[in-house]
Amino acid sequence: MAELSDQLVTFAILAYLIAMISHAVEYALGYVRAVPAAPARELVGAGVGATGGTGGVPAVPAAAAATRQGRTARRAGVAGWAAVGLTVLAALLHLGALATRGIAAERMPWGNMYEFVLTVTWIGTAAWLAVLVKRPSLRRLGLFLTLVMVLLLAFAELKLYVEVVPLMPALQSYWFIIHVSTIVVASGIFLLGVVPAVAFLMRNGYEQGRRSFPYTLARRLPAAAGLERLTFALHAFSFPLFTFAVIAGAIWAEAAWGRAWGWDPKETWAFISWVVYAGYLHARATPSVRRNVATWIAVLGFLTVLMNLFGVNFFFTGLHSYAGVE
Amino acid sequence: MTTVDDRPAAPAAAPRRRPHPMLALLRNSWRQLTSMRTALVLLFLLAVAAIPGSVLPQRGVNPEQVDRYFRDHPELAPQLDRIGGFEVFGSVWFSAIYLLLFTSLVGCILPRMRDHVRALRSRPPAAPKRLERLPQHAVLEAPAAADPAAIAAVLRRRRWRVEVRGNEVSAEKGYLKETGNLLFHTSLVAVLLGVALGSWYGWHGNRLLVAGEENSFCNTRQQYSEASLGPRVDSGALPRFCLTLDDFDARFLPSGQPESYRATVTVDELTGPTRQAAFSVNSPLRLGSANVYLLGHGYAPILRYTDRYGRSQTSAVPFLTTGDANLTSEGLAPFPDANVDPVTGKRDPTQQVAFEGLYLPTAPEAPPFVSSRFPTERNPAVVLVAYRGNLGMDAGIPGSIYQLDQRQVSNGKLKQVGDAKLGVGEKWTLDDGSTLEFLGTKPYITLSVRHDPGQTLMLVACVVLLAGLMASLFARRRRVWFRVVPADPGSGSPTSGSSLVLAGGLPRTEHPGFADEFAQLIAAVRGDGRTREGAE
Ligand code: HEM
Repeated sequence: MAELSDQLVTFAILAYLIAMISHAVEYALGYVRAVPAAPARELVGAGVGATGGTGGVPAVPAAAAATRQGRTARRAGVAGWAAVGLTVLAALLHLGALATRGIAAERMPWGNMYEFVLTVTWIGTAAWLAVLVKRPSLRRLGLFLTLVMVLLLAFAELKLYVEVVPLMPALQSYWFIIHVSTIVVASGIFLLGVVPAVAFLMRNGYEQGRRSFPYTLARRLPAAAGLERLTFALHAFSFPLFTFAVIAGAIWAEAAWGRAWGWDPKETWAFISWVVYAGYLHARATPSVRRNVATWIAVLGFLTVLMNLFGVNFFFTGLHSYAGVE
Repeated sequence: MTTVDDRPAAPAAAPRRRPHPMLALLRNSWRQLTSMRTALVLLFLLAVAAIPGSVLPQRGVNPEQVDRYFRDHPELAPQLDRIGGFEVFGSVWFSAIYLLLFTSLVGCILPRMRDHVRALRSRPPAAPKRLERLPQHAVLEAPAAADPAAIAAVLRRRRWRVEVRGNEVSAEKGYLKETGNLLFHTSLVAVLLGVALGSWYGWHGNRLLVAGEENSFCNTRQQYSEASLGPRVDSGALPRFCLTLDDFDARFLPSGQPESYRATVTVDELTGPTRQAAFSVNSPLRLGSANVYLLGHGYAPILRYTDRYGRSQTSAVPFLTTGDANLTSEGLAPFPDANVDPVTGKRDPTQQVAFEGLYLPTAPEAPPFVSSRFPTERNPAVVLVAYRGNLGMDAGIPGSIYQLDQRQVSNGKLKQVGDAKLGVGEKWTLDDGSTLEFLGTKPYITLSVRHDPGQTLMLVACVVLLAGLMASLFARRRRVWFRVVPADPGSGSPTSGSSLVLAGGLPRTEHPGFADEFAQLIAAVRGDGRTREGAE
């Protein structure tokens, strides 16, 4: 079972990778389509030989351009939906990896950092697919999402991998399931939330006329306002969940360690994340704070979550010393 | 597009009574801008201030690591200590930030509470003149509910707060958002109060408890190796109870990983008969007055020393675990009363004896005997060095009972007189004819006993906090208005002669689903499609 799980993880990474490439193809085709959308400009371009900023597309007469454009658009659409299909496949493989890992360990697959990352990323993907069902127009964000998945999963596989072992006594409690499952789901949605947040920051810059490197990537992204609303919706969903998870952790800590809150490094960083995300919600509710400033705070919040997940396990020792990294 | 950021105007709807609406608006805006911004900055400072608390070792979490830090950074550590680097969460600057934040919070909650109570008691405001300017609007021709009372009934059924003024109906919904918000912020203050209560009236103590009736302990300050009492706790007034460790059961997997722990104790609360209770890592022993937590465990080797006069003493000395997973433990077994001359009854301070060394629950088959191979007792052995001389225990200098006073060794008053490894039942004869026997071990546990009277308040506050937070985030305040006007007779509409209903809706906070809700409401007022067709 454990080996099957490991193989499924590898296949899932591959599927995410191919999905990412497919998204990238969609993106690239989208670039081609981007310019001929304005026929007048196309005609002017025809006289000059090539318009600036068309990504090297030779200018062609408008009629030919239109058919070409149609074909490219169709291809872009196919690539995009293929990417989504591949993401679904990856998510299924990923789920299979989690399930087999759990069966092999005879417990929930959240016992150490490797399993934790595996689960958080799966939640991120699942939540992404749920968002996609509601708002198919956001499909292009999949490029960023699959990129994040490939990076995190590959990191988990290469750096965090541990053999299946049972839980230590400190973790054998139903609060373990409650606390960890909510932390996992909240973290997964924070992870997903950072995708539209970063996309918004790029797109917003683009809409305000910036044309330097990271902003140009945002050319084919959905409109900034929608990205911002999605960012908020995801964070508004996961913040109470995260709050609950922290409270559940405190209740568990009271039973296990005799104190609800002791400023152990994990607890300290959970506190920091909580405060930063509360800051995001405040900043967003404050009309005088610009939306991109607020969104930066959300991104910062995710960095603190990452710090808690990786930094604390690697750099500090505390009571949460079951991460399974030596 | 369907959202209106009208925060500053929010309370302005109610305060008709205020002397100058413009002033009130300015004051509200000022409060909005400055206080929220201040709160934001303070929130940030709080997050940043917490970082050193995770980077530097903290006394409250891990005092040993603080000591090590002092050893490793002898220059830097005292400097950091002066600014509270090892007690960040009790430091002046950290406290200053959160106290300021909470002041700002209270200063923010109180006026909002007043406004909210006013809003709850006031009636939904009158309709704006031009409903078609609102983000949602509709014109209904000959609806099923065509008079204000009927429209009000439809709205009330949908739990809107409704006010009818002549030919107009005003309705508002979603007060829960602000209620939740206020509950959330108020419960933050309550959590802080719970923390304060716990630190004033709470107490805790740690100690080690070896199995056996002769080692039982009672809850007094003196019986703890480490204790801390809140400033309002009288050390003579600790609740009375006694504990005896009857049995300790630890299970391990073949890999050596712990699987389960369980301590069985006899509890004597001095009010009734004694009872037996069991507890483990995740389920503390909850006595009425305090909770007892299992923190760790280990072994206390039982050693019998028979001195040169043939008199023996037996003691079970807890050896502390060194931190390795296989429970290699180290300790000291002192016999300060050894070799008392039976004739004179005088103690000879140069003839005291102590044994220092390791206890290995599973000793390896062959040397070196420095670490255990497994956490349970498969091949238990002690590896000891014997010392004879003055242990320095009478000098009045408090020393650790787990370590030899190295000063006595370095000044020559205490000499090493041999070493040996003993299995259970083995006897070691020293150079002066005295003997040491290793008889076996007793388990010990380390306990933390705590009483925190703020916990209930904190728990309740957390539940309210969560409920308030969800209401604040997911409830949505919105208003709708209906105006019944006579239909224009010249329009040629099939309903001429009857009345026309104008409707408008305004989401007061971001509310992507408002358009749908408004449409449903309109359909309900209209009396849904079929009825209308039937009417035609
Ligand atoms: C410990 C510090 C604080 C925390 C953790 C905190 C947390 C929160 C959270 C999570 C929300 C919900 C955000 C939302 O509704 O979108 C909120 C809303 C709000 N907070 Fe705080 N808060 C704190 C301090 C303050 C202070 C000091 C003030 C006063 C200036 C304040 C004023 C507000 C206001 C006005 C809202 C409503 C925003 C809205 O209507 O959406 N908060 N707060």
